[in-house]
Amino acid sequence: MAASDAGLVQVVDVHKSFGRLEVLRGVSMTVGRGEVVCLIGPSGSGKTTLVRCINHLERIDAGRILVAGESVGYRERNGRLVEESDAIIAARRQNIGMVFQRFNLFPHLTALENVSVGPLRVLRRGRGEVYVEAKELLSSVGLADKFDSYPAQLSGGQQQRVAIARALAMHPAVMLFDEPTSALDPETVGEVLDVMRKLAKGGMTMIVVTHEMGFAREVADRIIMMDEGIVVEEGGADEIFARPEMERTKAFLRAIL
Amino acid sequence: MTTILGNFNLDVPFLLHYLFNPPGIVWHGLWLTISISVIAQTIAVILGFVVALARMSKPALLRGWAALFIWSWRGTPLLVQLLLVYTGIAAAGIYRYPDITVGPFLLSGPMQAALFTLSFNEAAYMAEIFRAAIQSIDRGQYDAARAIGMRRSTAMRWIILPQALRIVIPPLGNDFTLMIKGTALLSIIGLRELFGTMENINAATFRTFELFFVAAVWYLILTSVMTLIQRRVEARLSRHELPAERRFREGLLSRSLLSGQR
Repeated sequence: MAASDAGLVQVVDVHKSFGRLEVLRGVSMTVGRGEVVCLIGPSGSGKTTLVRCINHLERIDAGRILVAGESVGYRERNGRLVEESDAIIAARRQNIGMVFQRFNLFPHLTALENVSVGPLRVLRRGRGEVYVEAKELLSSVGLADKFDSYPAQLSGGQQQRVAIARALAMHPAVMLFDEPTSALDPETVGEVLDVMRKLAKGGMTMIVVTHEMGFAREVADRIIMMDEGIVVEEGGADEIFARPEMERTKAFLRAIL
Repeated sequence: MTTILGNFNLDVPFLLHYLFNPPGIVWHGLWLTISISVIAQTIAVILGFVVALARMSKPALLRGWAALFIWSWRGTPLLVQLLLVYTGIAAAGIYRYPDITVGPFLLSGPMQAALFTLSFNEAAYMAEIFRAAIQSIDRGQYDAARAIGMRRSTAMRWIILPQALRIVIPPLGNDFTLMIKGTALLSIIGLRELFGTMENINAATFRTFELFFVAAVWYLILTSVMTLIQRRVEARLSRHELPAERRFREGLLSRSLLSGQR
């Protein structure tokens, strides 16, 4: 399809309100295949809502979101957008991995089962091959000795690495990260960022909401600065950090760096 | 024996005989009590789950129906329900409770009424227990399940329900003991379960205290065994929790609003 030309993820003029509060006020962005984009901005600027809209964990009020050329969550009928069925939305989401701030591992399943449950129950692949692959994934995030541990027995950093492996097990085309290190103890932030760095080097398309400016500067191909539900400024990491144009961006970076 | 309280009329050998070596009809009554409890509770768990899903569903009609079901079955006494369902309905000529054979089993009229009433009554309570448990699961679990492409039903089956079951077990065990004890009411519609049997023997022997005491001991044994089984199941279902976390949760549950008398 035209996806590779137009961008793997396309967000077009998206609006979203929670009650009277308008969280997204016309956001557009495009992320190309293999690109790593970091979303930065003060809390309440709509970054988290935007990534949740991309895999339709939140409905949008207006606009359009396409992943790999296919509309997520909505379909056009007689010129109006209609929400898709549960099954079709679920199928679209298989293409979009997501890592949450609070890990959200399944507490009743071991690390291995957490990673395997998607391929087993959604893709209905055989247990043998799924477990082999899940073990490889867990090993690649440095958890080769934690296959049979339950989430409660793991540190925050270990849990978040399991969560990354769980998302990767579905072979998504794009990975969304919603402040993946914000709930972590400082000493475990590094191990999670290392895994994400490795993933970026491997060519994964990533959209990362983060407050880790060092990581953003080093890994991101592009930085998008959001505030009050709109994109304030976007550009290469060097441009944004060294020569921000907008006053809002300058003030934010001054405050945070 | 004469005391200041008056003459004791207590036949100790009779009591011991019925306690340790009861005649066949008592065993049969005990068997009926257990089987009715297990069958009615099983139906109630399944029906209660369906009602809970209906109660949490989107269509207003379905939600309303579930609310009505829970409201009416929980809001009236079990004894009244039992007599209305059996005696009342038969008296009005709506249904005359003919015997029904299910495979090798013969379901008498009172048995049909008993199973229907006990399971529907209990289903109303189970529905609320399931609803409370399912709604107590963190929103993040749904998000994570949906994010790996699970449909609603898949997420319910593999992610939400296993966690909800862990929460359901203590109140379920609690309700099952209430069910066992509730079957004693069935003697009123002529079922010879454990207590009905004791009442029958009493009509012939007039050893009232001895017989009712033996009945009480047997109910105590049944509910105690039930509590032991429940502990086993809980330990198995909570094997993924840390010891400290488990103690904390148990402390909360023992004070749960879901436990307690009907």
